[in-house]
Amino acid sequence: MKVDRGLVLAMVLPGLLLAIWLVAGVALLWVTLDAAQRGAIGAAVGPLVETHGVLPFAWWAVAAGLAAWAAQRLYVAHVQPHARLTDATRVLLRDPRAPAIEAPTVAVGDLTGAINALADERRALVENTERLVAEASRGVAEERDQLGALMAELHQSVVVCNLAGRMLLYNGRARSLFRRLSQAPRAMGGSELVGLGRSIFGVIDQALIAHALETVERRIARGEATVTTRFVTGTPAGHLLLVSLAPVRPATRDGALTGYVLLLDDITDDYAQQSRRDGQLLELTEASRASLASVQAALDMLEYPDLGPEDRERFHGVVREEVAAMGQRLAALDAGASQDLMTRWPLQEMLATDLAAAAARQIEAATGRPVAVAEVEADLWINVDSFALIEALSFLGRRLADAFDQTEFRLRLSGAGTRAHLDLIWTGGNVSSETLADWESGPMQIGGERSPLSVRDVAERHGGEVWFERDRGQGPGFFRFLLPLASVELDAAAPLAARPEFYDFDLFAATESTNALDDRPLTELAYTVFDSETTGLDPASGDEIIQLGAVRIVNGKLLRGESFDQLVDPGRSIPEASIPFHGIRPEMVRGQPLIGEVLPAFHAFAEDTVLVGHNVAFDMRFLKLKEDTTGVRFEQPVLDTLLLASVVHPKEESQSLEAIAGRLGVEVRARHSAAGDALTTAQVFLKILPLLGERGISTLGAARAASESSYYARLRY
Amino acid sequence: MKVLIADDEPNIVISLEFMMKREGYEVIVARDGKQALDAIRRERPALVLLDAMMPEMTGFDVCAAVRSDETVRDTRILMLTAKGRETDLARGAGVGVDAYMTKPFSTRDLVAKVKELLA
Repeated sequence: MKVDRGLVLAMVLPGLLLAIWLVAGVALLWVTLDAAQRGAIGAAVGPLVETHGVLPFAWWAVAAGLAAWAAQRLYVAHVQPHARLTDATRVLLRDPRAPAIEAPTVAVGDLTGAINALADERRALVENTERLVAEASRGVAEERDQLGALMAELHQSVVVCNLAGRMLLYNGRARSLFRRLSQAPRAMGGSELVGLGRSIFGVIDQALIAHALETVERRIARGEATVTTRFVTGTPAGHLLLVSLAPVRPATRDGALTGYVLLLDDITDDYAQQSRRDGQLLELTEASRASLASVQAALDMLEYPDLGPEDRERFHGVVREEVAAMGQRLAALDAGASQDLMTRWPLQEMLATDLAAAAARQIEAATGRPVAVAEVEADLWINVDSFALIEALSFLGRRLADAFDQTEFRLRLSGAGTRAHLDLIWTGGNVSSETLADWESGPMQIGGERSPLSVRDVAERHGGEVWFERDRGQGPGFFRFLLPLASVELDAAAPLAARPEFYDFDLFAATESTNALDDRPLTELAYTVFDSETTGLDPASGDEIIQLGAVRIVNGKLLRGESFDQLVDPGRSIPEASIPFHGIRPEMVRGQPLIGEVLPAFHAFAEDTVLVGHNVAFDMRFLKLKEDTTGVRFEQPVLDTLLLASVVHPKEESQSLEAIAGRLGVEVRARHSAAGDALTTAQVFLKILPLLGERGISTLGAARAASESSYYARLRY
Repeated sequence: MKVLIADDEPNIVISLEFMMKREGYEVIVARDGKQALDAIRRERPALVLLDAMMPEMTGFDVCAAVRSDETVRDTRILMLTAKGRETDLARGAGVGVDAYMTKPFSTRDLVAKVKELLA
């Protein structure tokens, strides 16, 4: 059992005090006596000590015992319960979910009850708050996922920006669009234009956005229902973009804008087509007016009764000639227009194999007969209203299955000039021409539903045709749909990063203060982590960069989807001895862009970010030496993971990238390729950041100062 | 009285020439804008039936040149055009045409307009 020191003290103390009191009383008496009296008392009491000395001592001991007993009772009754209550209350204070306090004694029962009531109330409050927070964050996460999914599926390019023009969110379409707009070498794929935290002003003039925002704010101020505004802008690469700008407003009604959503449409082709059509229409109108004027005037002349036969013939000639000219003009226009017509109905681009597979499934389901997908051209993109088309195919399949007991279907899809042939082939018998015509032009019956469309309508919706064709002598016949090919090659499906990296709403909170980067927390900055492979170690004596790789870190997130990976033609030989280090053979860099093209692109990629590299001084030396010839200057702050690692692990022997990665638990992949090393360095950097924080290094300025004073900094490269 | 017909479409010129002659005017024909301006300066017609769109010089340019040339400034100009848009009408008025007729037109209206301008 634990000894309660307070209790022991409380029990011992009264006896002790009593003893001191008695001794002090005796001493006081002794001091007041003169020598004779002391001698008399000594003589009188001295012999008694031997015989009766124990009596006063026992008397005292009884008193001390009684006092100890009383003190113990008092202590247990009044001091201990308060201490226990205090301790229990403290526990409750730290953990609202701790059990309720049991009253140690009846005396403190009311107090305990009051404390418990308070604690209950607090627990309810805390739980309520937690529940609300959990619900809210679940709601936010759900909304974010829904938004991400929605944006990924949208056919339009969507970019969400904060007021400073930094991108917070974009979808795959926007990525493809920016890839087309990019003038940088292909491998960069527009990633210098689109990226979380990048400025939209690289694509759209800042003044235009500012003007659009003003318009929006005016409309909001007037209380208009639609505040979205639209404008058209040209890009350096000669594209025309139709931009819709919608404001992002806080839920409270009168709040100021926090950003905006941009919907971007590349209308270059539409616009060209529209202009051509308008031009044709105008030309036709004017030419027709002129012709009609000639015809009318000639007819007016023919009305004169006194006209000679020669004049009469002349005016008839005019009429004939002009009528023929008008006919020709219309024929020419018609030929041009039919190509345009097919763009009216919104068709979607689809891979032929996907369409065939979907159609086959649907026909099988509708007829219960096997459908073979034969001869579908690979990589054929067509423009279709897939739903209506598959419906038409199923309808025809159903009719055929009803007509013949034993029929098998085959689907065939192949390119033919600017169009594609989609054939539904069947075996088992012939159908009369009247029946076929009825199937083609009558309304479609799907299940119990009567569609307003006919098979022919569906073909016409595609600006195409449908007809029945017999393979002569071979027996089976087929329906052939003439469909438009996708007019533009779709961007080769670029591997897109997992969706979540596309958005980062934390940037809404990011503020613009690029000047005072040194005071900015390390976790808030955007970084470009890069690495280069070179022909050798000495740029001064002619070694060149042959590969540049980089990834971005924004708001503490590594954006794998936004990477830079470019081989560079060094304009010189690659020493055989260096090949084992980087694995880049001379034929790999042949035809690649020169450093003069790559550095400006990389500069754009790294704009407004802090550069990070491992042993970055080496890479920077190559970049610096190119400043004069390329005119590209890298003036942003630079951090070196080698130096930072030696700040957080000063006692480690090796600060090689592998060693650091090993210590920090980062898996090393594709070592000695620029992009692979950049990725590893970025992961290492992200692991080092919190370790720096533990050492109180939380701003860029502090990190740079620490790097400089670290041991390795004193070694100059 | 002399009337100049300036149009690059021979099929309308045939009818206009025939009609103007029947109405008793002396008719001169020009096939493009330059010829028209030369003919105006040389022949001093009282009125020009001027097509708006011609090779070499457009009717608008011819009209502007006539109005800025003191010797022929008072020539009456009736512009005939296949351009029916408001903007074209405004441009015609701007360069100083006296009247404007959009093709196609009735020759009876045209004759009436010519007579009115020459009255």
